[in-house]
Amino acid sequence: MNIITILEDIEKVDGEVYERLNPRRKAMQQFFRFGSKAALAAIPLGLGAMLNKAYGQTVPAGVINVLQYALTLEHFEYRFYERGATLAPIPAGADKTAIEMIRDSEKKHVDFLKTVITGAGATPVAEKATYDFTAGGTFPTVFTSYATFLAVAQVLEDTGVRAYKGRAGELLGQKVFLTAALGIHAVEARHAAKIRYMRRVSGQAATIKPYITGGNDTGIAAVNGNYGGATPESTVNQAGVIITNLPGVGGNISVDSATEAFDEPLTAAEVLALVAPFGVS
Amino acid sequence: MKQKQLVDPPYEKKGDIIVQNMPRRRFFTQAAGLASIAALAAACDKDDNNNNMSSGVDLGSGDFGILNYAYALEQLEAAFYTQVVATPYSGMNAAETSFMTDIRNHEIAHREFLKAALGSKAIQALEVDFSKINFTSRDSVLGTAKAFEDLGVTAYDGAGYLLKDANYLLLAGKIVSVEARHAALIRELISANTFLGDQVDSNSVNLSRTPDEVLTIAGAYIKTKINASNLPKG
Repeated sequence: MNIITILEDIEKVDGEVYERLNPRRKAMQQFFRFGSKAALAAIPLGLGAMLNKAYGQTVPAGVINVLQYALTLEHFEYRFYERGATLAPIPAGADKTAIEMIRDSEKKHVDFLKTVITGAGATPVAEKATYDFTAGGTFPTVFTSYATFLAVAQVLEDTGVRAYKGRAGELLGQKVFLTAALGIHAVEARHAAKIRYMRRVSGQAATIKPYITGGNDTGIAAVNGNYGGATPESTVNQAGVIITNLPGVGGNISVDSATEAFDEPLTAAEVLALVAPFGVS
Repeated sequence: MKQKQLVDPPYEKKGDIIVQNMPRRRFFTQAAGLASIAALAAACDKDDNNNNMSSGVDLGSGDFGILNYAYALEQLEAAFYTQVVATPYSGMNAAETSFMTDIRNHEIAHREFLKAALGSKAIQALEVDFSKINFTSRDSVLGTAKAFEDLGVTAYDGAGYLLKDANYLLLAGKIVSVEARHAALIRELISANTFLGDQVDSNSVNLSRTPDEVLTIAGAYIKTKINASNLPKG
């Protein structure tokens, strides 16, 4: 582990990390940033304890819980793309590059969450030794058919967006943690749109859009639950406002537009049930 | 021709929005392909940008202030895509027409939802200024769309923690991921595999902006003065 990287990562979400660690922060900052490798090598392995002391009493357990949940899902997503990029028959060129970009993006989320959780004084949840990417046989060709791989990727990304959304409320008012979670949430949505667009352009799902139309628009009935739940993607009711009763162009807003315009949350229980067949817990 | 009509009377009512149309000279001199980020940056230096002054339309305070802030941005986006669909750029293909129409409808849904949710607290319809956009140019339109969508994502992400009511935070979350989907789509229409681009940090976390930062950028396209001074501070 690279101490400089860890502290710089923490500093991104907590500008006062050096102050937390030591009131003589300027000196410490200088030391960590510009100190020689030899000097760094001499630092005893007490960094974890230092971080615990700096954060342990200030980060609520509920926040840690959400971060661990996010890490649990990111571990799985990263491994899905890591295995997929190696095993699945992804066409060389732009498609392969896109999958590798998303893989690397998920890896960064994993590393970032691990750093933040460690910095907050907790032990990051470990990655599972194995996952079942076929989801108990539901997707037997996940790594042998490019179309299946992309379809599963879409479902996982859409579900990831819903998962973060569903727990944002538990980070209410937490500037550092909520902003980071929202930032990851937006990136998952960018991934989702890209995967959907790839499916469309490749002709695998010629009419699918970068946003969720109606409800389960994947063409795969087995994933109805990923688009359902207590607040299904098909809802047109937003906080009591019926979107389809509002004025659009040439009439009221259509059901398609009303459902596309708002993504919906999933609860933790809903998400964990959906990913359980993949061996995620 | 629609465009010609737009030039003569300075304003035309467009739904809720009064669109200020581009001056003719500007329209023709605007070089195709101007990156909108550059245009945005340049606009920031102009002295007509005074959104942070305590005059103008008051967004209000607390959660309603943040919702009005979102409402202002959605008004801007809805007006932009309304114009894009009304006057398609040269060579807009069927798929692009479909996407632009979808996004227009989404932004209208966001705008109308926020207006309804805010009720009597809602700010007035804002007057926009699109004189810097060349609506006949694909590069200009998509470049501006990219800038608006990316800006919207950073705006919602950066204001989330200012909300006190978890229900409003959830609603913001429902909208921001759709804005992120738009951003990724627009970026892919411009250039393949730019769906993340320069919008993420080294941890692949989306950037965020404060309301002041966002309104300084958006202000270049909003003629109505906006007073954000009563918004919650971090």
